[in-house]
Amino acid sequence: MTGKVKLATTSLAGCFGCHMSFLDLDERILPLLERVTFDRSPLTDVKHASACDVGLIEGGVCNEDNLHVLKEFRDQCRLLVSVGACAINGGLPAQRNQFDVSELLHTVYMAEPGLGRRALPDDVELPRLFDKVRPVHEFVRVDYFLPGCPPPADAFWAFLTALLDGREPTLPRGALRYD
Amino acid sequence: MSRPRFTLDGVPVEFDEGQTLIEAARAAHTYIPFLCAHPDFPAHGSCRVCTVLVNGRPMAACTTRAAAGLTVESQTPSLHADRQALVQMLLVEGNHFCPGCEKSGGCTLQTLGTDLGVTSAGFAHESPQRPVDASHPDLLLDFNRCILCELCVRASADVDHKHVFALSGRGLHKHLIVNAESGRLADTGMSVDDVAARVCPVGVILKKRVGFSTPIGQRPHDVAPPRTQVEGKEEP
Repeated sequence: MTGKVKLATTSLAGCFGCHMSFLDLDERILPLLERVTFDRSPLTDVKHASACDVGLIEGGVCNEDNLHVLKEFRDQCRLLVSVGACAINGGLPAQRNQFDVSELLHTVYMAEPGLGRRALPDDVELPRLFDKVRPVHEFVRVDYFLPGCPPPADAFWAFLTALLDGREPTLPRGALRYD
Repeated sequence: MSRPRFTLDGVPVEFDEGQTLIEAARAAHTYIPFLCAHPDFPAHGSCRVCTVLVNGRPMAACTTRAAAGLTVESQTPSLHADRQALVQMLLVEGNHFCPGCEKSGGCTLQTLGTDLGVTSAGFAHESPQRPVDASHPDLLLDFNRCILCELCVRASADVDHKHVFALSGRGLHKHLIVNAESGRLADTGMSVDDVAARVCPVGVILKKRVGFSTPIGQRPHDVAPPRTQVEGKEEP
């Protein structure tokens, strides 16, 4: 890659913990910014990606909006990177996969006390839930995976610097982890 | 008289009559990746992670007897890819969520995956529905993580002499069952002191009230992963 690389980041059904871990790069973000420019990202508040070199995506796919965002993001990113446990296998949100969605909604909004109105959320703007939370690679092609919950900052650093230097990314000992 | 030898990745390995390839390699402090093999139990040969090329033929190193003059290959790109795929298939067949698993940091499947450089399950997840069994006062069974290695079955039958566990069903439907009319662990003679209670290589059989007590960085495989245990070297 030559010149400044365009990098986008977004989150689906995730907790933004992977983004926080990315920020754990701390002062290494400064040399990174000399080689990278951010496009869509919570760091820039840009809402839609334009054509990018690399897209980092955290979170799994749990509803229609996640899938919409994922497809748009994939279309704009030359390389798509699944970041973190949720993007890679559904993670914590996928713990609901063992339950029926309708049963879950009724338990949370109708049966259990505390939410007052005792009605299922039905606003037309709310994205519909899928029956299962699925990882990103079950919907679109994924070029690289950065596992971890979250991936440590050293994993982001090793991965991005390798890409920027034109090397095949490998993760150092301890940076490739599933927890 | 010198002991008989075979070569493993070009290096001569001496062995005693009756040893399997993985036992001989282990005695020579050479790591062959494995999952269902356990030094205290006869080989089961079910996971195939330890598959090596013996005179060019793929064989499970845990079930193949060492013989003089064999040419054994383990560290080849093709076998590495096969091992990665085996781990990936196990990951999608169950529900393996490491961040919330008490076995994390001491799980042979997890450490094997990271050691082999597996970054994703790759395939579509089966997401099977397998309720946990928390009936026992001291032990929890989380069937979501079972890899069907049969170590608990073997330990309970051969060492504890209790026959608490068995595998039932065939192929994709094969699963771990508990030997009680109710199917619940509480209704068996299982005790927290049984060998079967501590032999699980993944997070199926867990001792209650001790989860996450060891900090990250000090867990069993943080300190000595299986590769290091075999090679006998300190972590760098």
